[in-house]
Amino acid sequence: MSDVTMLPVFEPAPIPVKEILPWALFGGLILLIVIYFVSAGQSLPGNEMIVHEFFHDGRHLLGFPCH
Amino acid sequence: MIGKLLMRGLIIGLLAGILAFPVARIFGGPPVESAIAIEEQNSVAAGGGHGEAPLVSRDVQRTLGLGSGLLGYGAGIGGILALVLAFANGRLGAISPRAAAATVAGLGFVSVVLVPGLIYPANPPAVGDPETISYRSQLFGLTLLLSIAAMVVAVWLARRFAGSFGSWNAAIIAALGYLAFVGIVRLALPYINEVPDTFPATVLWQFRIASLLIQGALWTVIAIGLGVFTEREFLRPGPGPQRANLALR
Repeated sequence: MSDVTMLPVFEPAPIPVKEILPWALFGGLILLIVIYFVSAGQSLPGNEMIVHEFFHDGRHLLGFPCH
Repeated sequence: MIGKLLMRGLIIGLLAGILAFPVARIFGGPPVESAIAIEEQNSVAAGGGHGEAPLVSRDVQRTLGLGSGLLGYGAGIGGILALVLAFANGRLGAISPRAAAATVAGLGFVSVVLVPGLIYPANPPAVGDPETISYRSQLFGLTLLLSIAAMVVAVWLARRFAGSFGSWNAAIIAALGYLAFVGIVRLALPYINEVPDTFPATVLWQFRIASLLIQGALWTVIAIGLGVFTEREFLRPGPGPQRANLALR
């Protein structure tokens, strides 16, 4: 009897790639742009370096090359 | 389904950013302020003077700027990890969604933060030559890409050979393969040493430890929270094919 276990084992079923792909492409792209903006974007049109200056401390502390 | 997962990933990422903020202020604040004081001394010594007022004041940089940076980064990482989890859940063997989320975030931390950060460590203000910033950014970006790609291949190999060697052995072999690859990357890419001779070693150490703590806090919150927040989506037997089965073993 000791080898009989009655614990239910979770067997997850994968979500089909077809279902994930459009979200991954559009969502992933937008999120990568957000991360790039925070971590490496430099300026807004007409205002040199303002983005760099605003995110200055976060960039240094999150380990991105800053200046 | 995927939209809901993504939304939950974004929310947990924002939460992680909020929780990382006090860590950043408490541990990161002092070394950043010391480094900025050194930076100003250097510029005075170089004849630059106190000069023009900064574009963004220090008060804004260390509060609103830092907070926005952490929120944006947290949301970005949380959302992307939710999408990766949508793919990974059910493809990593018989583990629960919480374990899958912890695995995805843990391996993500190693490949996105830890390894690139060991190869090109975080630098405080006053460290690093502004002339080489684009070169250093390119090297960092390349390291990031290579590390992530190697991790994806390693996980694929671990799953591919789990049947023949057992999942434990296959995972260890894949991990060694990943480490060997990033070791070669380390040796192949140039070393950068732009720490000025006069920069205090203790400030550099405090700063780098703070950086690791902040990233660690942020990714840990996501690793735990993502599984807890998304579990129901994976376990709910939706219309169409069953998303989850309970099997007796």
